[in-house]
Amino acid sequence: MKRPAGALGLALTGSFVLVARFANRIAPLDPNHVVGNALQAPSAAHRFGTDYAGRDEFTLVIRGVQTTGTVVVWAALISAGLGLTIGAIAGYYAGGLLDRALLRVIELLQIIPRLFLVLLVVTLFGATQRNIIISLGLTMWTLLARVVRAEALSVRRRDYVEAARASGARDTRIILRHVVPNIMPAATVVIALNASAVILIEAGLAFLGVSDTQHVSLGQLISTANSYFQLAWWMSVFPGVALLIAVLGINLLADGLGDVLDPRRRDAASVAPLTIRMGRAVNAGRRAAHWRSATTRPGAEH
Amino acid sequence: MVRRVLGIIPTLASILVLTFLLVHASGGDPALAMAGDGATPARVAEIRHQMGYDRPLGRQFVTYVTDLAHGDLGRVDSLGAPVSKVIASRIGPTLLLTGSALVISSVLGLFLGMLAARRPLGPVDLAINSGSLLGYAVPGFWLGQIAVIIFAVHLGWFPLLGYVDNRNPPIGVHRWADIGYHLILPALVLATSEIALLTRITRSGLVQELGQDYVLTARAKGLPEGVVVSHHAMRNAMLPVVTVIGTRIGFLMSGALVIETVFGWPGLGSALRSAGSGDSALVVGIVLVIATGVLVTNVLTDLLYLWIDPRARTR
Repeated sequence: MKRPAGALGLALTGSFVLVARFANRIAPLDPNHVVGNALQAPSAAHRFGTDYAGRDEFTLVIRGVQTTGTVVVWAALISAGLGLTIGAIAGYYAGGLLDRALLRVIELLQIIPRLFLVLLVVTLFGATQRNIIISLGLTMWTLLARVVRAEALSVRRRDYVEAARASGARDTRIILRHVVPNIMPAATVVIALNASAVILIEAGLAFLGVSDTQHVSLGQLISTANSYFQLAWWMSVFPGVALLIAVLGINLLADGLGDVLDPRRRDAASVAPLTIRMGRAVNAGRRAAHWRSATTRPGAEH
Repeated sequence: MVRRVLGIIPTLASILVLTFLLVHASGGDPALAMAGDGATPARVAEIRHQMGYDRPLGRQFVTYVTDLAHGDLGRVDSLGAPVSKVIASRIGPTLLLTGSALVISSVLGLFLGMLAARRPLGPVDLAINSGSLLGYAVPGFWLGQIAVIIFAVHLGWFPLLGYVDNRNPPIGVHRWADIGYHLILPALVLATSEIALLTRITRSGLVQELGQDYVLTARAKGLPEGVVVSHHAMRNAMLPVVTVIGTRIGFLMSGALVIETVFGWPGLGSALRSAGSGDSALVVGIVLVIATGVLVTNVLTDLLYLWIDPRARTR
């Protein structure tokens, strides 16, 4: 394996997904069932110990992984759909009224830190799992839309698009058949990074007390551990390690995917995808393009 | 430049419209809630009229903005205090924590990035790279708990909780020293993911710059390597780091909000937690304050950018 980091990422992400998928079989007990004395240290009977109420911490963590998995998959799907559609349309019709309006919306959404945006929506509309998923989906698409827009902008000028247009293909066909496939490498990396950001935000909100109480979540577990960390380290360590595995796994996978999908980036100087996280480098790139275009360095079109 | 500064106004206005519409759309009838259970329809209508909820949306928005302009952000019911007062009394500690983390992450991020870029793919680079991957993936609030368990509970190097020792409050210079002592652990934890990110940005920027012709020229004319890096390459590699300070402050503040509750740091996050998750007035207030902060910082960094990079001035 040429990319050990990418392989490790795949393994970590894969195991997280499997645990989430088969949570009911791995931990068949009701998570709220009291199995013994409170605050027991990890033992053969209770691998991760018991919590303040005598519930099995192992079962709780596995169910938390399940909840995280559900939230991530749906939120990532919603934001990927929005980001791809909006970015492709904005890029293809770049400079138009629609494009300018979309850019304003993206800029606006990027001013308010995401955690606060989701916190605001969920506080106003109620902390149900559905609302958390929808508000994450509706706020996480902006970076993807920006990246897709920039890619679409450069694809639009290529010869094969010109050829398709000359042979009478309509806009929808060109976008779907030519533009979208070409922006998928960059988009895939951003979608993966969005997924790990979703995990951290969901956990952070749950830690602050904003979560669906019907579902066990990892952030919630760490939050309850806050009152017991002098007595029961296991209540805090295990859910946190689960979160770390998921986020680290997805980030490594995204790094690996970026190298596999885009061979141009495979050198020591490449800006790893992690650094384009959250539009920071996108902003930096936009500003840097100011002077780059002035000094006419190659590869600075936008 | 004036245009850049004035450009804040429409953005700020859209943020106001956005929050107003969200609050409005979240519905529930505030009048119904205020009247309480078993109120007659007439009483509900009366409250609705008193509070102005029966007026057209545009008029309500004008009232909302006028109230905001007077510093009236509503009340935090569970704390029995106006939102503006709660925010004013809590924002100091949050800013102190955020600011310290910003400084720590800038210094350490630049330093580690420089260290890693000296020999790309060498052992130091790989170690720093793995460390930054880990630091970037770890949830701050959890890292905080683990840090408290290890360094405060077991080793006793740092205080367990809080902002200043409340049992025998020190005065004068000692008070500041004590606050600083309490600050170390939360600030380091908050800075972790930023250190990781800045290290990576600095490293890749520097590796790129060190391959440029001007660096070759500098080396060829016999400048010591330290001067080449610090006076030539670093100046360019630092640009992306400086330009994203506004966004970084936004992220650090979100992080601070969550991490504060681990360390019992008396800032906005702790206020949010003690107010309970249902308090929308406080959340809206905090969002408005932070969005304004990010916006203003963005303009300031643009100005700073012009100062650092003279080439941008010609446009």
